[in-house]
Amino acid sequence: MKSLRKYLDRIKPQFEPGGRLHAFQSVFDGFETFLFTPTTTSRSGVSIHDSLDSKRVMIIVVLALVPCLLFGMYNVGYQHWLSIGETQFPFWQLMAYGFLALLPRLLVSYIVGLGIEFVVAQWRKEEIQEGFLVSGILIPLICPIEIPLWMLAVATAFSVIFVKEIFGGTGYNIFNVALVTRAVLFFGYPSKMSGDSVFVSTGSICGLGEGAVVDGFSGATPLGQIASNTGDTLTLTNVIGEPLSLWDMFVGLIPGSVGETSTLCILIGAAILLATGIASWRIMLSVFAGGFVMAAIAHACPSASYPASMLTPLQQLTLGGFAFAAVYMATDPVTASRTNPGKYIYGFLIGVIAVLIRTYNNGYPEGAMLAVLLMNAFAPLIDYTVVQSNIRRRLRRLKTKV
Amino acid sequence: MAKAIKLKKGLDIRIHGVAPSERLKRIIPASCAVVPDDYQGITPKIDVKEGDAVLAGSVLFHDKQYPDVKVVSPVAGTIQSVVRGERRKLERIVIIPSQTPEESKRFDTSGIDDSVLAQRLLLDSGLWAWMRQRPFNIVPAPGTEPRDIMVTGFDSSPLAPDYEMSLDGHKEDINAAVRLLGKFTKGNIYIGIRRGSCLTDIKGAETIIFDGPHPAGNAGIQIANINPVNKGDVVWTLDAVTLMRIGHLVNTGTLDMNVDVAVTGCEVKTPGYINTIAGADIASLTEGNIHDDNVHHRIISGNVLTGHPVGKDSYLRFPYNHITVIPEGDDHAEFMGWASLSPQKMSVSRSFPGHFTKRLFCPDARILGGRRAMIMSGLYDKVLPMDIMAEFLIKAVISRNIDRMEQLGIYEVAPEDFALCEYVDPSKLELQKILQEGLEYIRKELN
Repeated sequence: MKSLRKYLDRIKPQFEPGGRLHAFQSVFDGFETFLFTPTTTSRSGVSIHDSLDSKRVMIIVVLALVPCLLFGMYNVGYQHWLSIGETQFPFWQLMAYGFLALLPRLLVSYIVGLGIEFVVAQWRKEEIQEGFLVSGILIPLICPIEIPLWMLAVATAFSVIFVKEIFGGTGYNIFNVALVTRAVLFFGYPSKMSGDSVFVSTGSICGLGEGAVVDGFSGATPLGQIASNTGDTLTLTNVIGEPLSLWDMFVGLIPGSVGETSTLCILIGAAILLATGIASWRIMLSVFAGGFVMAAIAHACPSASYPASMLTPLQQLTLGGFAFAAVYMATDPVTASRTNPGKYIYGFLIGVIAVLIRTYNNGYPEGAMLAVLLMNAFAPLIDYTVVQSNIRRRLRRLKTKV
Repeated sequence: MAKAIKLKKGLDIRIHGVAPSERLKRIIPASCAVVPDDYQGITPKIDVKEGDAVLAGSVLFHDKQYPDVKVVSPVAGTIQSVVRGERRKLERIVIIPSQTPEESKRFDTSGIDDSVLAQRLLLDSGLWAWMRQRPFNIVPAPGTEPRDIMVTGFDSSPLAPDYEMSLDGHKEDINAAVRLLGKFTKGNIYIGIRRGSCLTDIKGAETIIFDGPHPAGNAGIQIANINPVNKGDVVWTLDAVTLMRIGHLVNTGTLDMNVDVAVTGCEVKTPGYINTIAGADIASLTEGNIHDDNVHHRIISGNVLTGHPVGKDSYLRFPYNHITVIPEGDDHAEFMGWASLSPQKMSVSRSFPGHFTKRLFCPDARILGGRRAMIMSGLYDKVLPMDIMAEFLIKAVISRNIDRMEQLGIYEVAPEDFALCEYVDPSKLELQKILQEGLEYIRKELN
């Protein structure tokens, strides 16, 4: 470590103003503070600070996403193996296939997003902010595996620039960056974001998983199947037409966006976030509560014209991106409600609206993304009313005095 | 039985180097100093020059706006220097103690049943300038009648000195001071105490027991939980040691400027109390008592949350009777500290194993991260036991929106109340500085 520190100290002057590489000062600073805790000491106010900083916060969220990421890789492989009619599922081959399928997407998302962050940080003469470390891993996880890389790059760039940077960077954005990326893809390139051919990777990669897709293959996600369901009964199947149980949906060996199929892994991530106190349990709990209540209402009056109303509440909570949105998206502290009473309202309404859209608008089988984005827009209003009640309490106190 | 208020929010920071409750020694300092910046709200006009002989209680400077508000010398001796900084700003007045350092000017205590004469006594003796008022946390303007007077009977900050040792046996002084202060207000004199304090059964004052972690000892927190400061209200605040000094003045006509200073912190060899004189120089107080361990030290006049980092050639600053020495940390290269699982890392976050241990820590002065926008929400509220929406108030202050600041309760708070918020903030914002500038801004705009 000492030699690394010495090396950094030696090359540091080149990055300072007037140095040869001063255009990369923010990048150097970013790497230096990543490797060594800054030795800046407090100049005013408190002389000691808590060890928690935004790097720690972001890295805990990334850690909480790792179960979903690993399972997502496995599931990409598994769905492929299933679709080419294999009955043997060799673990490492599946993982390798999934890894190779996901890696370019991760790289594109990080290179485009962090690249923009680096440039903006240098332009503003600021430190590089860590927000995109999380967004960069979220983006591939909430997109279908077959999304073309150039679309991912365009959507990521659009989202980082117009949703985050023009508002001032991490901490100032109104909408969740990763979700806007998905929304841009969803509305801009709908044929690549839904349907039955984008959620399962069908080609072979580097010689892995060679074979033709079996007859009767359908890569539609359960929610996609629901949207096109007719009649009074609902049967959900996997890619080769076998029926799905609630357990399959919970474990997540179903087609869907890469990271959001496994409710089990999402719950492991939720446990990490709640145990460390990084995410708000108020939001998480109330999203699930809201979703459950709305799903129960819908399920109480099932209708053939709205097939999703035939899903039980538990199916509603395990399918699609609902759980993922509840745990990783709704809890983003920057775009969520910031007051404690506000968090309950914010979370509950996300749950309700997600199921509402999903059930009663067949055109949008995935309601969670829209619900979170909609409530992002309303979070300041919710906070406003909570703050207003504090102000009224203070005014009342003044009046009773006089 | 005194009324008890239980505060749940807050945080006791556990640091090595607690001072055991015994006096180590008495030290007559080599020099004493008064720093005008410590008397918020006063614009100093100097009354002495280098070489003047002064007694404890002799006027050093007065306020430009209210010339009756005076700040006096804590010690008898000779003015060694009047130090001025940029644009001739008065930085400090240094006094070399004489052979009889405690010799005090005599004050006329007759007729103090009259509130005008009582006010004159406090103003002349300089003890007026040792009080503060909410709103703004400044020296009270003479002639105003406070709604209530809040006396803090304990200090809850990390490694704080125990007032009980200084107060022990001064019941008569306390009673006399409460009688005197009673002439200034039609409201109550509240004394906020811990359980088991000696400050009970004081005629004319209401004692209230505060349970709970820091900042339970802050005047602002105590008054907010008894009867919050509304717009238009004025509440005076002072600590119990100042109350005792007022009583001593009333009873004897002289000033007692002796203090028990707690010398604490993990870089101190033998933590303990030193009996000395207010404004004493740091070198005298820490002589030979700081670890000789080749790390940079930060000597703080006061506690780790609100105190002033001062050099060894500096002085004990008002209102602190507390010195803390911790490592500075700027010479410490820590590899990937943000990823550390070391139990030595002190944090309120459950993501650090140190959170779960009961051990004492030895924190340094690094800010341990980079300055960011407000990202995490709700953290400030966990350590601020008042009905204040901290994040929103801070945002109103940053945007200099006076209406909004008023609505969100700026008059109820002082920077010290936000010290713990600043400590826990993962975005490392300078909340106390932001609030202090906001308070000064609003005071200037309203005048």
